[in-house]
Amino acid sequence: MSAMLVRVSINGEKREAEVEPRLLLVHLIREVFRLTGTHIGCDTTHCGACTVLLDGRPVKSCTVFAVQAHGKEIMTVEGLEQNGQLHPVQEGFTQEHGLQCGYCTPGMLMTSYAFLKKTPSPSEGDIRWAISGNLCRCTGYVNIVKSIQYAAAKLRQGGA
Amino acid sequence: MAPKTSAEVGGMGHSVKRKEDPRFIRGKGTYVDDIQLPGMLYLDIVRSPFAHAKITKIDASKALAIPGVLAVITGQDLAKYNLHWMPTLMSDTQMVLPVDKVMYQAQEVAAVLATERYIAADGAAAVEVEYDPLPVVVDPKKALEPGAPVLRTDKKDKKDNHIWHWEWGDKGAADRAFRDAEVTVKEDIYIPRIHVASIETCGCIADFDRVQGRLTVWMTTQAPHAIRTVFALVAGHVGLAEHKIRIISPDIGGGFGGKVPVYPGYVIAVAASVLTGKPVKWMEDRMENLQADSFARDYHITAELAAKKDGTLTALRIKTIADHGYADAAANPSKFPAGLFHICTGSYDFKAAHVEVDGVYTNKPPGGIAYRCSFRVTEAVLTIERMADVMAHQLGVDPAEFRLKNFIRPEQFPYKSALGWEYDSGNYAGALRKAMDKIGYAELRQEQAEKRKRGELMGIGISSFTEIVGAGPSKQFDILGIKMFDSAEIRIHPTGKATARFGTKSQGQGHETTYAQIIAEELGIPAADVQVEEGDTDTAPYGLGTYASRSTPVAGAAGAMAARKIRDKARKIAAYLLEAAEDDLVWEPGKFSVKGSPQRAKTIQEIAFAAYTNHPQGMEAGLEAVSYYDPPNLTYPFGSYICVVDIDKGTGEVKVRRFVAVDDCGNIINPMIVEGQIHGGLTMGLAPALFEEISYDEEGNIHGGSFMDYLLPTAVETPNWETDKTTTPSPHHPLGAKGVGESATVGAPAAIANAVVDALWHLGVRHIDIPITPAKVWKLLREKNVSE
Repeated sequence: MSAMLVRVSINGEKREAEVEPRLLLVHLIREVFRLTGTHIGCDTTHCGACTVLLDGRPVKSCTVFAVQAHGKEIMTVEGLEQNGQLHPVQEGFTQEHGLQCGYCTPGMLMTSYAFLKKTPSPSEGDIRWAISGNLCRCTGYVNIVKSIQYAAAKLRQGGA
Repeated sequence: MAPKTSAEVGGMGHSVKRKEDPRFIRGKGTYVDDIQLPGMLYLDIVRSPFAHAKITKIDASKALAIPGVLAVITGQDLAKYNLHWMPTLMSDTQMVLPVDKVMYQAQEVAAVLATERYIAADGAAAVEVEYDPLPVVVDPKKALEPGAPVLRTDKKDKKDNHIWHWEWGDKGAADRAFRDAEVTVKEDIYIPRIHVASIETCGCIADFDRVQGRLTVWMTTQAPHAIRTVFALVAGHVGLAEHKIRIISPDIGGGFGGKVPVYPGYVIAVAASVLTGKPVKWMEDRMENLQADSFARDYHITAELAAKKDGTLTALRIKTIADHGYADAAANPSKFPAGLFHICTGSYDFKAAHVEVDGVYTNKPPGGIAYRCSFRVTEAVLTIERMADVMAHQLGVDPAEFRLKNFIRPEQFPYKSALGWEYDSGNYAGALRKAMDKIGYAELRQEQAEKRKRGELMGIGISSFTEIVGAGPSKQFDILGIKMFDSAEIRIHPTGKATARFGTKSQGQGHETTYAQIIAEELGIPAADVQVEEGDTDTAPYGLGTYASRSTPVAGAAGAMAARKIRDKARKIAAYLLEAAEDDLVWEPGKFSVKGSPQRAKTIQEIAFAAYTNHPQGMEAGLEAVSYYDPPNLTYPFGSYICVVDIDKGTGEVKVRRFVAVDDCGNIINPMIVEGQIHGGLTMGLAPALFEEISYDEEGNIHGGSFMDYLLPTAVETPNWETDKTTTPSPHHPLGAKGVGESATVGAPAAIANAVVDALWHLGVRHIDIPITPAKVWKLLREKNVSE
């Protein structure tokens, strides 16, 4: 299969790679760029462990071809921390015990990050719907909801 | 109970923030698939579309023609090394790759080794296999009928599909009690096949170093040491000795029992690495994970209860058919083919009980692992708690009153059950009363009565479960002969900081934090100064791993015992430094002082420094200890859960309105982590109660083989769990702890199922098998003419 050139900005850094057209975005991120925070949990776009932002929108990177990201901005979990400062969603997940095995966490964080940009004062129901495309097998979601509420409050106060 | 240590020290009872979190929230964890080694090859697996078929031909030529495909490995290739079959933990055998026939849909048929992940997948798609289908046996009851096709033709003299018969208890006494009973109830209860579906699937990287003859395997395993021994036993004849095998279990994305077994993919990857001398990665995808990895449950149960008219329970009888698929690959202690199912007398004071289980082969994936539970405890709890409700309703007694009447009373502990277990401690009525108060039980019953008058369907379900965890005492518990102790090794460094290694392996439970807290509790060294390491067989002491809620009861106890050995030596050093008699020293967390002169004291850090710089002559230098802890008994966590459901008469949907969980896991190490474990456990109890099932059609085609139709609860279906606790310490555990990781998964399904039946009992519904899907409820509502 002939290779195609993909140029992207990932977490603010310009990167390019020659890839097969069939290469999934998640594999570009994990195996070509070696950013392994983005995880793979299913093959059917259900679990959300691979969620990244593509031009600010959360996408499940296991169901996007790498070439579809050409010319776009990708943000992954590794891009949340800025200048040694954790993003409030990261802080919230730690403070409220919103993670256990940590495998779904990067996807949860990216979904939460994008959601709170759009919905700064969410209800509990809003939060539950927002993360319903991200499966967690460990936490029972209660503390994830609290983590996102923590981040929302912090962001409203002008954090990050 | 107030913590004994300060928040800075962070011993037991403090909600210390997790040491694991900083790496996970930055995407800096290291899971197996994150590891890339130079020159690494990839393995992909060809799987069978048939549930039972002869393999007539495997043609690899098209696959081998693909650039980058290096080899296609078949059962015939492995047979040359006698690696085409492997033993299971239950002394059965299971294929690694078949040489003549396949036994279930999605079974491994061949493996493709390639230079890249995608090329390996291309290769797997290009392997052409011809099959000659054989009659399929899906229903275990039909499998036992005379004339059923015999599945395990590999076993000489095997004439049927029956694996084993196991029974426990006094049959005569139970039968007599039933003969004399004033009231009896009987139900058929099917607990379906389900899958743990940890969000990280299974996989490994096998890396054989030809020069050193050394094999390193990074692997998604809950039990790295046991795996090392199994590899040495299985592959010893091809030159893999135990000292030349290193198993590393890095960060694990959830286990729940599914990462205990050895799957064929691991063995093939090891074989491929040994043969090529290159690292080989195998990562299954989600469909492979659901379709081929070990399942849980699949128990066809017939249960009976006997009672007096006044509601006193007298006897329990259970007969069960256990569908094991084509091999008994359960992960139970060796002496217990049905696991700890004989905890099925639950929280009640039965005088007589008898339980029988028959294991059966069918054309399904092998298994019988736990789904976040201690060896079939969920099956036991669902049965007894469902039956308790059936009996209460039959007698016309409130299910809460019925339980309170029959509970084992606090003064009866230690309590010997009719099936032989010695329960360590409990206060069952205390937990139930607390749950009833918290949820407002009396008011809910009133609301239900009013709603029923209006034709609305609301139900209240109780589950007062008793668990049995912390396997286990060496007199009864072993896996492949290895006793089920666990271990800890603590080294206190000269500057007073510590490194502690354990024989278990966290998969999200937070051991790096909680084990550090145990050491903080025992030695007064701040938890922040204790580095906990697990999962590397080259460095950690031998242990049996993390499953069956055994980490705190067994390895946690080992940690406390090792710390106490260190404290004993520290006392000697302190006596020397303070020029006092050992008996005159008083310990408080973090320091020894002289009785009566508290200013004459040495901190543990000062003592540690002295252990390397100024230790008494004649004493060995250093401050470290190892403990291999053999628990004197199991621990028996318990709790009472109350669930309120509303049923939509139009759709049959069950809505969990409230769920109160009162748990008692003895003394608590980290309240934040315990609550998190309960939240997660409750959600994995909700899942099989309402959503999850893997079933098969008559041809053995799987239903539920992907997340398209195997439904894990999302945040939307999951209620906002309400938790509370009582504290009844274990009298035999050094910390009074009992373990908690699985309680909620064990206790929750019965509360939900009982609530649904409670809503429908007046219509003549006595039992509904889980998962209680809208379709099942809707059908019942139609039958009873109440659907809208």
